[in-house]
Amino acid sequence: MILELEHIYKDYPQGKLTVHVLKDINLSVEKGDYIAIMGPSGSGKTTLMNLIGCLDVPTSGTYLLEGKDIAKQTDNQMAEIRNRYIGFVFQQFNLLPRLSAQDNVALPLLYGGVGKKERRERASQALAKVGLAERETFRSNQLSGGQCQRVAIARAIVGNPVILLADEPTGALDTKSGEQVMDIFRQLNDEGVTIIMITHEPDIAMHAKKLYHIRDGILTGPEQREADD
Amino acid sequence: MIENIALAFQGIWGHKMRSILTMLGIIIGIASIISIVSTIKGTNEQIKQNLIGSGNNAVQVRLSQGDDSYDMSYNSIPKGVPVLTEDDRKNLADLDNVRDASLYTARSYADNVFYKDTTYSGAVYGIDSHYFNVMDYYIQWGREFVQSDYGTHRKVVIIDRNAMSALFPAGVNPIGQSLEIAGQPYTVVGICDASSSYTPTIKSIQDYYNYTNSSSGAIYIPSTSWSIPYQFDEPQNVVLKADSTDDMTKVGNSAADYLNKKLTVDKDSNISYKSEDLLTQARNLQQLSTSTSTQLIWIASISLLVGGIGVMNIMLVSVTERTSEIGLKKALGAKKKRILGQFLTEASVLTSFGGILGVVAGIILSRVISRVAGTPTAISVPAIIVAVVFSTVIGIVFGLFPAVKASNLNPIDALRHE
Repeated sequence: MILELEHIYKDYPQGKLTVHVLKDINLSVEKGDYIAIMGPSGSGKTTLMNLIGCLDVPTSGTYLLEGKDIAKQTDNQMAEIRNRYIGFVFQQFNLLPRLSAQDNVALPLLYGGVGKKERRERASQALAKVGLAERETFRSNQLSGGQCQRVAIARAIVGNPVILLADEPTGALDTKSGEQVMDIFRQLNDEGVTIIMITHEPDIAMHAKKLYHIRDGILTGPEQREADD
Repeated sequence: MIENIALAFQGIWGHKMRSILTMLGIIIGIASIISIVSTIKGTNEQIKQNLIGSGNNAVQVRLSQGDDSYDMSYNSIPKGVPVLTEDDRKNLADLDNVRDASLYTARSYADNVFYKDTTYSGAVYGIDSHYFNVMDYYIQWGREFVQSDYGTHRKVVIIDRNAMSALFPAGVNPIGQSLEIAGQPYTVVGICDASSSYTPTIKSIQDYYNYTNSSSGAIYIPSTSWSIPYQFDEPQNVVLKADSTDDMTKVGNSAADYLNKKLTVDKDSNISYKSEDLLTQARNLQQLSTSTSTQLIWIASISLLVGGIGVMNIMLVSVTERTSEIGLKKALGAKKKRILGQFLTEASVLTSFGGILGVVAGIILSRVISRVAGTPTAISVPAIIVAVVFSTVIGIVFGLFPAVKASNLNPIDALRHE
């Protein structure tokens, strides 16, 4: 078990009231899993993603990532955990426009204290993996949306994280580019990368091996299925 | 670190107009400080040169009352002031670091010197045979005083070039002409000139008097004939030639000590021999010009403060603009320290660059001031280093608040920020 959520609650104060965004979430993820969490907007799926991504801490419950209790980490330790264990893929790619594709991909390694030469090499390998070996020196404004998302995937996997965490990874892409991204995910999963993907599109969720639903802060599932090739 | 600096430069370059406007306060502040400091330094060096650098290392020791020269106009020589003899002169000349000594008597405003109908309003000196040597004067035409001039109380006079042009019309050879000094006829035997001449800076009314006196000329008669026109109503003064400029203060003080031992005046009269300490005078004048300029530097520093606030403002804007970038970096594992460092580097690169531009502008400005106002300027290397370091510090101080704000951003809010 690389990730375990037990009885997770997350409350937000809203004025005098308290909003219960997540209620009694239980989720276990094993190495090599490919999980999709589906839900409409306002269901709490982004909050869940932030918790899993160690960007936020639960109000109550325990979250164990590789055996570490996330609630007990300091700010700096959380940053280290995000750096080492988690690879983020965002809907809006979030590439730094002033950096080349290679430098963008190398960013997590920079924060992880990897030397310059090794950073370059590993960033190039990651870019090659997503089929962008020819685009190393390009900046995000010289790349298409699909290419940008592939750069972002390269950035997410360059540090060999425990989980690849994708938040609406195809939300800003056309169908064809979206399919390309899904192909890369499947290929990465075949190589053993654990993927958690959050989406509201059923077509995209179909690519995962396990499907969860979240509605009004309550997680249901998994719906076991085999990804169709 | 180097990468951060390079990135910061990229950022500055990416927003050229904004960066220049932001740096303007720093540029103006540093430029004015550099030009003020250069002007002070230039003026100070000129003061020193003017006062003591005329090259002859001559130290005047005069009879003084309180802090001023003893005013003889309405008084006679006070009781207890001895007559200085050739033995005293020799003793003074034998003091350490003294090359030569001369006794002289002077009247700053001669009111009764004529050539025919032309009057003369400069100074008259009664000098011994050492005076010209001590003062580094030389005879341009004619001759010096000789032993028999002194021995026989001969009525002869040497005039300097200013006195010559004041008294004699062009085309008249003064040598051999007669001057009337207090009703006595004196024959001009020589024209003298200072070996080195300089143009003084006039900073006070006293400087002005000194200047007009020296520019309206001097005439010299043998000390032994002084009593013929002027009786004994001016005190004897001493001028010494020191080995070097740095010895001048010491030489002046030891000569004044020697002379004061011979004084038998009332303690209350405040009369004593004082050496004109040019080094101290130079230092005082330098202090004066430095202290007025220090106030100017404070005013210029206000511009730096305003510039710093401008930097803080633009950094806050930058933090807001780049909220999602900060969020992303945090999500990728950047620690607070790194975000803090990034924004501090950016702010201090911005201000240091502004500081360097300011130094360049300041050097140009001081050159222009020097051209227009005719005052010398000297570029001060320590001032340049301090200016650049200081502008870096401004960046760190005023960048700190925006940088802390950036590093404390919650990554979730920051990522969601559009």
